[in-house]
Amino acid sequence: MSAIRIVKRQEPLGWSSCLVLLAAILISLVLSGCILFIGGTPPLQGLAALFKGGFGSRFAFEDSLIKATPIFLCSLGVAVAFRLQVWNIGAEGQFALGAVGATWIALSFPGAPAYLLLPGMILMAVIAGGFWGFIPAVLRQKLKTNEIIVTLMMNYIAILILDYLVYGVWKDPASFGFPMTSEFSSSAIIGRIGGSNFHWGLVHCVILGLLCWLFMSYTRIGFEIKASGNNVRAARYAGIPYDRLVMLVLALSGALAGWAGFLEASSTINRLQPSIMAGYGYTAIVVAWLARLNPLYIGIAAFLLAGLRVGVEGLQLDLQVPAAFGGIIEGLILLTVLAGGLFTQYRIVTGAKK
Amino acid sequence: MSIDILIPLLAATVQSGTPILYATLGEIFTERSGILNLGVEGIMITGALVGFLVAKVTGNPWIAFCAAGLAGASAASLHGFVCLVFQGNQVVSGLALTILGVGFANYLGTSYVGQSAPGFSRLPIPFLSEVPFFGAIFFNQDVLVYITFVIPVVMWLFLYNTRFGLNVRAAGEYPAAATAAGLNVVACRWLGVLAGGFLMGLGGAYLSLAYTHLWTNNLTAGRGWIAVALVIFAFWRPGRAVFGAYLFGGIMAMQLRLQASGTPIPSSLLLMLPYVLTITVLVFSSWRRGKTDEPAALGTNIAPAD
Repeated sequence: MSAIRIVKRQEPLGWSSCLVLLAAILISLVLSGCILFIGGTPPLQGLAALFKGGFGSRFAFEDSLIKATPIFLCSLGVAVAFRLQVWNIGAEGQFALGAVGATWIALSFPGAPAYLLLPGMILMAVIAGGFWGFIPAVLRQKLKTNEIIVTLMMNYIAILILDYLVYGVWKDPASFGFPMTSEFSSSAIIGRIGGSNFHWGLVHCVILGLLCWLFMSYTRIGFEIKASGNNVRAARYAGIPYDRLVMLVLALSGALAGWAGFLEASSTINRLQPSIMAGYGYTAIVVAWLARLNPLYIGIAAFLLAGLRVGVEGLQLDLQVPAAFGGIIEGLILLTVLAGGLFTQYRIVTGAKK
Repeated sequence: MSIDILIPLLAATVQSGTPILYATLGEIFTERSGILNLGVEGIMITGALVGFLVAKVTGNPWIAFCAAGLAGASAASLHGFVCLVFQGNQVVSGLALTILGVGFANYLGTSYVGQSAPGFSRLPIPFLSEVPFFGAIFFNQDVLVYITFVIPVVMWLFLYNTRFGLNVRAAGEYPAAATAAGLNVVACRWLGVLAGGFLMGLGGAYLSLAYTHLWTNNLTAGRGWIAVALVIFAFWRPGRAVFGAYLFGGIMAMQLRLQASGTPIPSSLLLMLPYVLTITVLVFSSWRRGKTDEPAALGTNIAPAD
C-alpha cells in the first residue's frame, strides 16, 4: 500500500523546528488576513498596519516592550505550572488580585516613603496573587477538583472583586462617578529608568526571569518539578512530595502574576481601574506554549505578542478593526503551532509499509 | 414564597438553564469519545453569533438555529484537526479555540451590538401547559427548550443501547483495545467532536435567538466553562446534566431578579454567584467520586500506528 503515513522520530527535531514554528505563524497570519477580508478590511493593508503599529516605530517598539512586562511575568508563572502538567489558567485572576493587593497598600499608606511603600506593595501583591493560586492547588490535591475550571472560575471572581472595590469602597470621590481609585501618591509609583520611557519593572522582569531559570535548572525543587511533570507516578514512587510541589508551584505561579498586577497598577496606570484587566493572563498562556516553557524564549514571545496587541490598537485607529481581532490572531497562532508540533515529533513518510 | 413568584422564577430557571444544558450535553458527548474539548466557550459564542447573523439575514430562526449548530461543529473541527490529525495537546488546543472563538465573535459582532434579530418566542403546548404548576414551568416555553427534553433521552439511548454508542464509549474508554477489536477509533472521536460541537453551537444560538434576542459582546459570559464543570458534576451522564444545568439556571434567574428588585447587594457580588457555585459544585462532586462514568482515556491522544 502506497500512502502517506507518519512515523515517530527517534530524536526530536533540532534547529529546523524553528522553521516549523515560522511556518505555523505564517499560516496563522494568512488565516488572520482572510478573517480581515471577511470583516471588510483589505487584508494586506491590514497586516501591514498591524506590523507597523506594533514594531514599525520607536514609539511602537517602546510600547510593545512596556506591554510585554506584565505578559512576561504572568507567562513565567504559567510556564512553571505547565512544566508540572498543572494547568493554571488563572493568571488573569491572580494578576487582578495582585493589583488589588498592591492598591490596598498604596491607598492605606499614602504618606509612606517609597523605600517602604513599594516593597510593601510588592509583598502584598505577591501574597494576594499567590493565595489566589494556592486555593485551586489545595482543592486539586485534597479534593481532586479540576484545576483548569477552578482557576478559570477564580478569574471571573477576582475581576468581580476588583470591580466591586473600584465601583464601591475604593472609588475616588473626585472621579466624577468613573470607577477608579484616586491616583497613587508619588512614592507608590515605580519610576522610569533614567530619562527613558521604560519603568524599572523591566529590570524586575529580567531579574525574576533569571531567578526562575536558575530555580528550574539548578535547584532540587526545579528538578523535581520537571521530573514530576514528565511522570507523576514515577515521581511519587521516587519519594518526591508531589502534593506540596503542586501547591508550591501554583502559589509561585500566582505570585508572579500578582507581581505583574503590581507593576501594571504602580507603573502603567498609577491607580486601580477596571481597564487594568486587558487579558494579559490569557495571552500569557499563548506565550508560555509558544516559548515551550523556556524563560528566555518567553521573553521573546512576550515581546512579539505584546507587539501584536499594540499593532491591533493601531489597526483599530487606522482601519476601525475591532480590538477583538487580537484574540483571533492569538488563537490562530496557538492552534497552528500546536498542529506544527506534529512535525517536530513525527516524520512524514510516503511509500509502502514495511 | 408565594406561588405567584415561584412559578415565574422556576420558568426562568428552565430558560436560563437551557443554553448551559445544550453545551453540557455536547461536552459530555465529546468527552465520552475521549476528547477533552475546553473550547466550549468559544464554540458557544461562535454559534450565538452565527445564529444571530443568519437570523438577521434570512429572517428565519430555524435556519439560523441549524446554521449555529453547523458553525459549532466547524469550530469544533479545528480542535479535531489539532488533536486527532496533528496530535496536539488537548488542553491547550481547547484554550486556543476559546480565545479564537471569543475573539471571532466579538470581532464580527462589534458592529451589531444592541441590535436584535428575529428569534423564537413562547409556544405553549396545548393540554400540557394547562397542567397545574409543572405546565407553566416546563410546557409554556419556546420550542428550543422542548428540544432539550428529548436530547438527553436520545443521547442516553444512543450511548448505552446502540452499537455506535458503544463504539464511541470504547474510543473514550480504552482506545487501544477498541483499535485491536477492529474499530476505527479516530472516526469515533471525530463523531464525538463534531456532534458535541453541533450541540454547543445550538446552546450559543439559544442565547442570541431565544434568551436575549439581541447581540452583546461576550454574550456567553463563562457559560461554556460552567458547562465543562457540569460534565464532571453530571458524572458524564446525560440525565444528571439536566439537574446541573437547571441548578445554574436557577442561580442565574435568581440573580437577575434580585438585581431588578433593587437590592442593596452590589451587582458585582451577585454576578459572582454562578462562578462561586461552579467551584462549590466541583468540590462536592469531586468529593465522593468513584462511581462516575469518566472515560478512562479522556484527554489522551491516539498515537499513530507505524
